[in-house]
Amino acid sequence: MIFLRYLGSSSLEVLQALGKLAFFVFSVFPALPYSVWRFRLLLKQIYFTGVLSLPIILTAGLFVGMVLGLQGHNILTSFNAEEAVGTMTALSLIRELGPVVAALLFAGRAGSALTAEVGLMKSTEQLSALEMMAVDPMKFVVAPRLLACIITLPMLAMIFIAMGIFGGYLVAVGWLGLDEGAFWAHMNDQVDWHEDVINGLIKAIAFAVLIAIISLYQGYESVPTSEGVSRATTRTVVHASLGVLGLDFILTALMFT
Amino acid sequence: MPTDCLIEIQNLTFYRGERKIFDDLSLTIPRGQVTAIMGPSGTGKTTLLKLIAGQLKPHAGRILVEGQDVHQLSRTALYQLRQRMGMLFQTGALLTDLTVFENVAFPLREHFKLAEPLLRTLVLMKLEAVGLRGAFDLMPAELSGGMARRVALARASVLDPKMVFYDEPFVGQDPITMGVLVDLIRKLNTSLDLSSILVSHDVNEVLSIADFACVLSEGKIVAQGTAQDLLNSDSEYVRQFIQGLPDGPVPLHYPVKPWADEWSTP
Ligand SMILES: Nc1ncnc2c1ncn2[C@@H]1O[C@H](COP(=O)(O)OP(=O)(O)OP(=O)(O)O)[C@@H](O)[C@H]1O
Ligand SMILES: [Mg+2]
Repeated sequence: MIFLRYLGSSSLEVLQALGKLAFFVFSVFPALPYSVWRFRLLLKQIYFTGVLSLPIILTAGLFVGMVLGLQGHNILTSFNAEEAVGTMTALSLIRELGPVVAALLFAGRAGSALTAEVGLMKSTEQLSALEMMAVDPMKFVVAPRLLACIITLPMLAMIFIAMGIFGGYLVAVGWLGLDEGAFWAHMNDQVDWHEDVINGLIKAIAFAVLIAIISLYQGYESVPTSEGVSRATTRTVVHASLGVLGLDFILTALMFT
Repeated sequence: MPTDCLIEIQNLTFYRGERKIFDDLSLTIPRGQVTAIMGPSGTGKTTLLKLIAGQLKPHAGRILVEGQDVHQLSRTALYQLRQRMGMLFQTGALLTDLTVFENVAFPLREHFKLAEPLLRTLVLMKLEAVGLRGAFDLMPAELSGGMARRVALARASVLDPKMVFYDEPFVGQDPITMGVLVDLIRKLNTSLDLSSILVSHDVNEVLSIADFACVLSEGKIVAQGTAQDLLNSDSEYVRQFIQGLPDGPVPLHYPVKPWADEWSTP
C-alpha cells in the first residue's frame, strides 16, 4: 500500500514538474526577442557563459584531439590505412565529440553557474523585486541568458572541434610522422559541409537550448534556501548531462541513418 | 474612519501548505494616509503585502486596489498597476550586480527614457533623502543591512508611486536614522500625495506617524482604528501587544502540539 501511494504521489510530482517546465518554456520563448534588443545585458551574459568557458573548452579540445590521433593511428595502422587518421579525427569530432563533449563541459561550467545565480536571485527576493518594479524577470533575467547560451555553445563547439583537429594533427603528423599532405587531403575529401558540419552545428544549438532551459528552470524553481540552491545546481548538471547524451542519440538517429 | 478607500480586502483566506495564514479577513485601507499593519512575527504581514501586490494568489476572497480586482487583471494591467506601487522589501532585495546608483536608477531606466543628467539628479536626490548620496557607487554587498534598506527605500519611491508598501523599514536602524526615516515616510506621504502602508513592530514609531492602524493575529484583524484608539483600547490583546508584555492572550509561539504529544509520538 505504502509503495503504491509513493508511486502515485511521485508520478504526480513528475507530471506537475513537467507542467511547470512546459509553462516556463512557453513564457521564455516569447520573451526572447526582447533580449536581442537589450544588447548590453546580452553581451554580459555572452561574456559569462562563453568567454569564461573558453579555457576549459580549449584544453579539453586539444587533449581529446590528441587522444583521437593516437588511438586512430594505432588502429588504422593495422589496416594499413593510417592516412585516414585525419578523416577519422575530424569526423568523430565534428559529428559527435565536438558538440557532445563541449555541451557536457558547458553544462558543468556555465549551466551550474546559471542555476546558482538565478537561484540566489530568487532566494534574495531579487526576482520578486523585479516583478514589483513591473519588470518581467523572464525578459530581464531568463531570456538574455537563454539567448547567450544559444549563441555561445555552437561557437564553443566549433572551437573545440578546431582545437581537436589541431591536437590530432600534432600527434599524427608531428609526433608519429604521418605525411602532412595525406592528413589534410583525406580530411578535405571526406568531410561534407552539409552532412557533417551543419548537422554538428544543429546538434550544438539543440544542446544549448536544452542546457539553458534546464539550468534556468532549476534556478527559477529552486527552493529559496542555500540547500535548495545547491540541490538545484546538482540537478542541473545531472539532468543536463544525461539530457545531452539522450538527445544526441535521438539526433544522431535522425541525421545519420 | 476611511472615507475614500484605496485597497479593499474582502473575505481573504490564504493557506501556506496546511496552515491557514488568513481566515476570512476583511480590511479597508484608506487613500492618502499612512496605514500601519502590526502583528506578532510570523502572522503573515509580509504575506499580506505580497497578496495585495498580486505576487501570491488568495485561496478565497478578493483584493481590490483602486477598485480593480488584482488577481483578475491581465499581466499587462497588473504590471501597469505595479508601476504605481512601490515596495520596500523586508530584506532590501537590491539587485546585487548593480551599484547603489544603478539600483535606484533601475526602475526609471526600465520605464522611462530620461536624459542622463536629469536621471542623475533625480536619483541623487532620492539618495540624498535617505542620507546615502555619498554611497552611490558602492555595490550592495558593501552596504550594511540598514543602509541596504535605505537604498531600497529610495528605489521604492523613485517612480513617484501612488502607494508605497514598507515592510519593516525601521529594523536595523539606529535611533537617529530611525527618526529621519519616520520623518521621510511622513513627508513623502504628504508632499507626494501618497498612500503608505507600513508594516512594523516598532509600536511607538508606527503609532507616531500612522493615521490608521490595525493589528493582525492568527489570520484575523483583532483591532483597528487611529493610533489614539489603539492606545486607549481596552482590549487586553491590544494592550499586551502595544506594551509588549510577555504574558497575555497574544501567542508568541508558532502553532504547536501540546508538550505531552511531543513525547508520545515517535
Ligand atoms: N514561502 C513560504 N512557504 C511556506 N510558508 C511560508 C512561506 N513564507 C512564509 N511562510 C509562513 O507564513 C507565515 C507568515 O509569514 P510572513 O513572512 O508573512 O510573516 P510576517 O508577519 O511578515 O513576520 P515577520 O514580522 O517576522 O516578518 C509564517 O508563519 C511562515 O511560516
Ligand atoms: Mg515580514
